[in-house]
Amino acid sequence: MKSSKFSIGRLQKAPEFFLSREALDLHGDDRRSFLRKAFLAASGVAGAAASGSLLAQTDSVGDPAILNLPAHSTGLGAPVAAKGYGTPSKFEENLQRRESPGLTRVGAASVSFAPLQGFFGIITPSGLHFERHHQGFWDIDPTQHRFMINGLVKNPKVYTMDDLMRLPSMSRMHFIECGANTGMEWGNVAVPTVQYTHGMLSCCEYTGVPLKWLLDDCGIDLKKAKYILAEGADGSGMTRTINLKNALDDVMVAYGMNGEMLRPENGYPLRLVVPGVQGVSWIKYLRRIEVGDMPYDSKDENLHYTDLMPDGKHRQYTSIQEVKSVITTPSGGQVLLDKGFYNVTGIAWSGRGKIRRVEVSADGGKNWKDARLETPVLDKCLTRFNMDWTWNGSDAILQSRATDSTGHVQPTMTQLRAKRGTRSIYHNNAIQSWLVGANGEVSNVQVA
Amino acid sequence: MYKSLSSGCDARLLRCAIARVRLVHVAFARLASIASRTLLFVIFANALTTSAQTPGRPATPVEIKAWDIDVRADFKGLPPGSGSVAKGQEVWEAKCENCHGAFGESNEVFTPIIGYTTQQDMKTGRVAKLTGDTVPQRTTMMKLSQLSTLWDYINRAMPWNAPKTLTTDEVYAVTAYVLNLGGIVPNEFVLSDKNIREVQAMLPNRDGKTREHGMWNVSDKPDVQGSTCRNNCDAKVDITSRLPDYARNAHGNLASQMRLVGGVRGADTTQAAPVTFTTPRPIANSQASTPAIAISAKPDPAKLAAQHACTACHGVANKLLGPSLKDIHAKYRDAKDSVALLAGKIKAGGSGVWGAIAMPAQGHVPDADIRAIAEWIANGDFK
Repeated sequence: MKSSKFSIGRLQKAPEFFLSREALDLHGDDRRSFLRKAFLAASGVAGAAASGSLLAQTDSVGDPAILNLPAHSTGLGAPVAAKGYGTPSKFEENLQRRESPGLTRVGAASVSFAPLQGFFGIITPSGLHFERHHQGFWDIDPTQHRFMINGLVKNPKVYTMDDLMRLPSMSRMHFIECGANTGMEWGNVAVPTVQYTHGMLSCCEYTGVPLKWLLDDCGIDLKKAKYILAEGADGSGMTRTINLKNALDDVMVAYGMNGEMLRPENGYPLRLVVPGVQGVSWIKYLRRIEVGDMPYDSKDENLHYTDLMPDGKHRQYTSIQEVKSVITTPSGGQVLLDKGFYNVTGIAWSGRGKIRRVEVSADGGKNWKDARLETPVLDKCLTRFNMDWTWNGSDAILQSRATDSTGHVQPTMTQLRAKRGTRSIYHNNAIQSWLVGANGEVSNVQVA
Repeated sequence: MYKSLSSGCDARLLRCAIARVRLVHVAFARLASIASRTLLFVIFANALTTSAQTPGRPATPVEIKAWDIDVRADFKGLPPGSGSVAKGQEVWEAKCENCHGAFGESNEVFTPIIGYTTQQDMKTGRVAKLTGDTVPQRTTMMKLSQLSTLWDYINRAMPWNAPKTLTTDEVYAVTAYVLNLGGIVPNEFVLSDKNIREVQAMLPNRDGKTREHGMWNVSDKPDVQGSTCRNNCDAKVDITSRLPDYARNAHGNLASQMRLVGGVRGADTTQAAPVTFTTPRPIANSQASTPAIAISAKPDPAKLAAQHACTACHGVANKLLGPSLKDIHAKYRDAKDSVALLAGKIKAGGSGVWGAIAMPAQGHVPDADIRAIAEWIANGDFK
């Protein structure tokens, strides 16, 4: 059989031997100018597309995007390892973490919101994870980082990163939400898009050591212990009290996030993961855990992250992020391309467990239908939902309402305010309303 | 048994045989479990006697003392010491006033510390102005219910740009000064570990906190439950709040904050909203304004200044902790070799030129970045 001489195992010439001399020169001597030409060619195409209509142009003959072969079909692309650490396409540059103008005065004590409007599925890309820094963020040398456990333990211990990364490890996907997420909307509509209404929310796979293992390793005094204090190594020395019950359940001392080490903005090299609990308790740059028998009343438990009620009292230690959901497309600040079919998509989550159901309304909450929950549906993790919808060109108010595995149903803004007033700042888990106007623009509204 | 299995092929017998084998398995499993438990016990006992068995090492008393700085609500952890209001004012004017104002009233950088508490509040232990909408924003003193919180926070996190640099007595003194600004202690007061509990009993909002709610434990009952109505619920739907037209572009052009493809585009908020439906115009892509390739692009000094936290203390046009970049430019633009001069100052840090607050040395910032930032300031091209 003639074909046998081309059978498996025969060495083929490597592709570079088929390159033209010119292309080889570009590769070998001036890779940068080669890349630059490739990029310039690509951006030239983008420019042409941007100057024409947004929608595919077709005349009687056909779409130029089909008929005129673009540079990427007729030229040579960039080589491997052109970027040792890959970055998103330049055409995705619109999706950035952003600050909300006027919210804070100094960037080192501020928050940047994740662009939820552009995310798919449930995992937040590490580089777009929301940020909250109290006194700036650091890139800490992991060889110099130390983690201490002291207090009501038999053997106070110090662990290096080497130590921690040898210990029994677990990986879990969980959401992290700032207690103040959607906080600007307690009184009225304040911000335009889902990035700013709900963007202090992210969801990652975390890898680390179960805190229970470490507490056992230090010989925790379970008769006396009731709370733990977690403390950060940065300037703010962030400190939060955590229930021992939580601490022994699913709390994790984590170094991994989405398959790589934590990002500096998110606490590299070590942070606490406290599933279901507000982000402020997920202490970054974790340096110490103290086991104690009463809550600590740290600054962020006494002056901030306390929810002001109508009677003038502040609720302290409101920790759990309750059942919540939001439609991410179509959402505020977006414009629909046309009438007709749309996939309505969004995310739902609960600090008490799994998402059991998400309902969607297109008429401001008069009528509801079940949305499709996409798998996986995990404990204290974002769940993606989708729903078919046809926009008929007239006003519509889109809402989503989540129910969790404990039977807790997401309330309306009116229901929340009836109990908690309008000045709480924290823990606003109200149903979000997006008005799709007859002009095609979607805007943030509140209804009653 | 084996005989009947091989010769008979009787289904009933087979089931019986399987059951017996299972019984044997169970018995073995029990034995194994007891054995492994004994083994575990041995290993555990071993771990306790020789702590080198698990990674990590004992923390020394000196190490624990160095890091265990928290002061709890019952003042456990408070080190002995004292500080006067007068001393506190000295420290305040040197290290705190720039951000918080001379009287702790400033709203320039952070929210105000002082304001809206009364002598009557000190009697009741509740701040009256926390009910109703009578104040523009809550001050620290309105919310503070534990004096330990104030002491601990100043000790661990202040001054903002140089945390953990105050002495214990300075922390007492600054705490005393803040209490004095709040009208809680008199001018000649000296706060110490001996009298701090007495001052705690005078705090205006000492009884202003509650832990009665359903959000501490997963098993707690939520206080607000949503509706499960699915059809013809609440017949009327009124829009009660929406962004005013003047705020349309307050968050920048939303068209440049959405993806270029998909079923939707970002709204062009530089223009008024269209009255009727119009196919969205092409997106103003933020990409268009940035260089096509990062490889050859010159670093943006404004981004570098943000990245290295220069702008945490130096506003471009406004004074924060340090002088504004425009002021620095004005002072040094005509200096000889101003770029090298500024680069040197950034790298080494310094004090006494613009006020009492020292600028920390920035040796960790790469020289190329320092150079780019220094050029930027020297040229004054802030846009």
